[in-house]
Amino acid sequence: MAKNVAEMLPGETAVIAGFTDEQIGLKLLEMGLLPGTAIRFNFTAPFGDPVCVSASDVDLSLRISEASTISIIN
Amino acid sequence: MEAAKVRIALTGKPNAGKSSLFNHLTGLNQKIGNFPGITVDKRIGFCQLNSHTSAEIIDLPGIYSLYPRTLDEKIVTEIFSDQKSKLYPDKVVLIADATNLKNCLLLLTQLIDLKIPTIVALNMMDLAAKSGLSINVKKLSTSLDMPVVMINARKGLGIFELKRVMAAPLQASKKSVFQIGDEIKSVVAIIKDRFQLATDYEAYHFLQQIENLVFLAPDQRAFVKAIAKEHNFFPHKYQGAETVMRYGFIQELLTKATVKASHRDWKKVSHGIDRVLTHKVGGYAIFFTVLFLIFQAIFAWAQIPMDFIDTTFAQLSNLVAKELPDGPLFELLSQGIVPGIGGIVIFIPQIAILFAFVAILEESGYMARVVFLMDKVMSKVGLNGKSVVPLMSGWACAIPAIMATRTIDNWKERLITIFVTPFMSCSARLPVFTILVALIIPDKKLFGFFGYQGLVLMGLYFLGFVAAILSAWAMKFIIKTTERSFLMMELPTYRMPRWSNVGYTIIEKTKTFVFEAGKVILAISIILWVLASYGPIDEMNAAKEIVREEAAVLNLPEDEIQNRIAAYKLEHSYAGKLGKSIEPLIRPLGFDWKIGIALVTSFAAREVFVGTIATIYSIGSADDQPTIKLRLKNEINPETGGPRYTPAVGMSLLIFYTFAMQCMSTLAIVKRETNGWKWPLIQLAYMTGLAYVSAFVVFQVMS
Repeated sequence: MAKNVAEMLPGETAVIAGFTDEQIGLKLLEMGLLPGTAIRFNFTAPFGDPVCVSASDVDLSLRISEASTISIIN
Repeated sequence: MEAAKVRIALTGKPNAGKSSLFNHLTGLNQKIGNFPGITVDKRIGFCQLNSHTSAEIIDLPGIYSLYPRTLDEKIVTEIFSDQKSKLYPDKVVLIADATNLKNCLLLLTQLIDLKIPTIVALNMMDLAAKSGLSINVKKLSTSLDMPVVMINARKGLGIFELKRVMAAPLQASKKSVFQIGDEIKSVVAIIKDRFQLATDYEAYHFLQQIENLVFLAPDQRAFVKAIAKEHNFFPHKYQGAETVMRYGFIQELLTKATVKASHRDWKKVSHGIDRVLTHKVGGYAIFFTVLFLIFQAIFAWAQIPMDFIDTTFAQLSNLVAKELPDGPLFELLSQGIVPGIGGIVIFIPQIAILFAFVAILEESGYMARVVFLMDKVMSKVGLNGKSVVPLMSGWACAIPAIMATRTIDNWKERLITIFVTPFMSCSARLPVFTILVALIIPDKKLFGFFGYQGLVLMGLYFLGFVAAILSAWAMKFIIKTTERSFLMMELPTYRMPRWSNVGYTIIEKTKTFVFEAGKVILAISIILWVLASYGPIDEMNAAKEIVREEAAVLNLPEDEIQNRIAAYKLEHSYAGKLGKSIEPLIRPLGFDWKIGIALVTSFAAREVFVGTIATIYSIGSADDQPTIKLRLKNEINPETGGPRYTPAVGMSLLIFYTFAMQCMSTLAIVKRETNGWKWPLIQLAYMTGLAYVSAFVVFQVMS
């Protein structure tokens, strides 16, 4: 079972392997989150959702439900 | 030499510095319009590029690519996809953020394939340098086959050079980035031929997102859909492949044109700030402190200029009345028009201060963190983190706020946001609140620091907010949808707000208010004066005799007689009749027919309340006009002999104004945004019903 971004811990770094949701995946691709890009899990909002990640030189805020569609290798 | 005119579109991803550049290029030479058929703000400015070339510059909403997510973004796709459109630009300036060039170039490669002549304005080179990034601009320019100009949009550097390049003749780049796959070449050729399109990529876009291209006739769209289906064209599959191919090109380009040292220290500050501002406890504490400060500031700072404006217009009205001869036209000027204009001008300090704060929060990047902080809570009540911005703008004015909901891509969340935004106490309620609060709440301080009046005011805002949240929560269960909701948003790096941008925002919003809302307010003030001054001829003529007969019995002094005549006339005027006819309905709320007149006129726009009350109470005392507040204070309730504005009446009125939907312009904008009368009518009935019931309860409990 591949890990996904929602399971990462603050400060952890990984590499994007792919997307499990087509609609979200297309949008993330456009923002430069290609498979193979390094992704860093920065911090979460007070209730653990949404989360802030950095990839491809941008800081992004994603809901947990969105982050869980990004599968990673680390 | 004849003056040449070019149309230039300004585009780029959000937070790349587009509005700074737009302001530098056009200065105050801007106007706001609507794109045809839809209500997205179209900012157009004019710029003299050189002695014989002037440019019309269109500022487009920020986008990442030609595949739009929100309504705002659809405009950009439409403009670039319709080469026959009147808005189709001659040239495009793409503003790119040098610290994040990769993401900015996706859109650029799409423009290259559409063969639109483009210039790259490379912004934030100073920040890129700090992050250890060097860009070989010459190589970038030759690789892209288009001019690349370095600018600093914050400081206004490089604008001169950019203007020179913008004025020069420009060819579209001869590069081609996206290679259309063999299996779809035939279907693309059919579309290109059928619609006489200039490029393959344009035809490919017709296939990709025909739903978004509303400039095409329905039968044309049906044709494209049928062709796509017949040839097994799967939009999502090709879109993914296209994006990956484009990034391949971009990566190769950046490898050639940039040198990067591997440290990102400069973002450390921003991340450090984030640790504080999005902290579990501290984050919310800071957010609410900021809100609290905004309210105290609006109340305290705006008061001085507002008092000044109030007194000035009262004096002006007296002066006009004294200097001009008697006659209905001059009375209209002194009692209708001058106080009417005063009623518009008095809003300016509050609107300016509020928009200053909103602009600073936006510019600094804090607003995105507020969205981040609030998303979880907001989604619990059926809203989106992005609803926070419209809701907060709703404190200024519901109209721009409702237009700002276009950034929410989910229809249900957007509809709920539109529905509840008018509960947020807009600046038009503020004068009503200010006057009534000042009248019924003592000017004392709690702990010698927090003014009671400020606290009550904040309480009213809070009440509106609670009504908005609870209504949203109820609607969450009523409206059904299968559409998915997204957040996915960039958190921009913190930076100092550019003060001139803040200034432009203030000027723009104030101007919109004065000229849009102002027209309505002035017109209503005049109509009102006429209604309050005239009535059925017999009754008006009889006024003098009836009052004189009474006076003879009571042996009243002359000025008292004059006042009584005026009061009699007002009561029997058309306005008086209107107020009296609704009196039975509003008596349980503690209102009389004079307040009734104000309520009726307030249904056009609530800010008219103060002006109406002023007009009604000023009639009869034209040669000695005290300020509005004093007039209200001196108003006597003939039944009790005590003051008209008791705490119970005042609170009931305040609650009524907090909840009621009293703004024609808002209803009009809701109709446009929801494509029909259904939602604005539900909104009107719901809000007014809630206002009536709440005011009833408050008055009955307090008196």
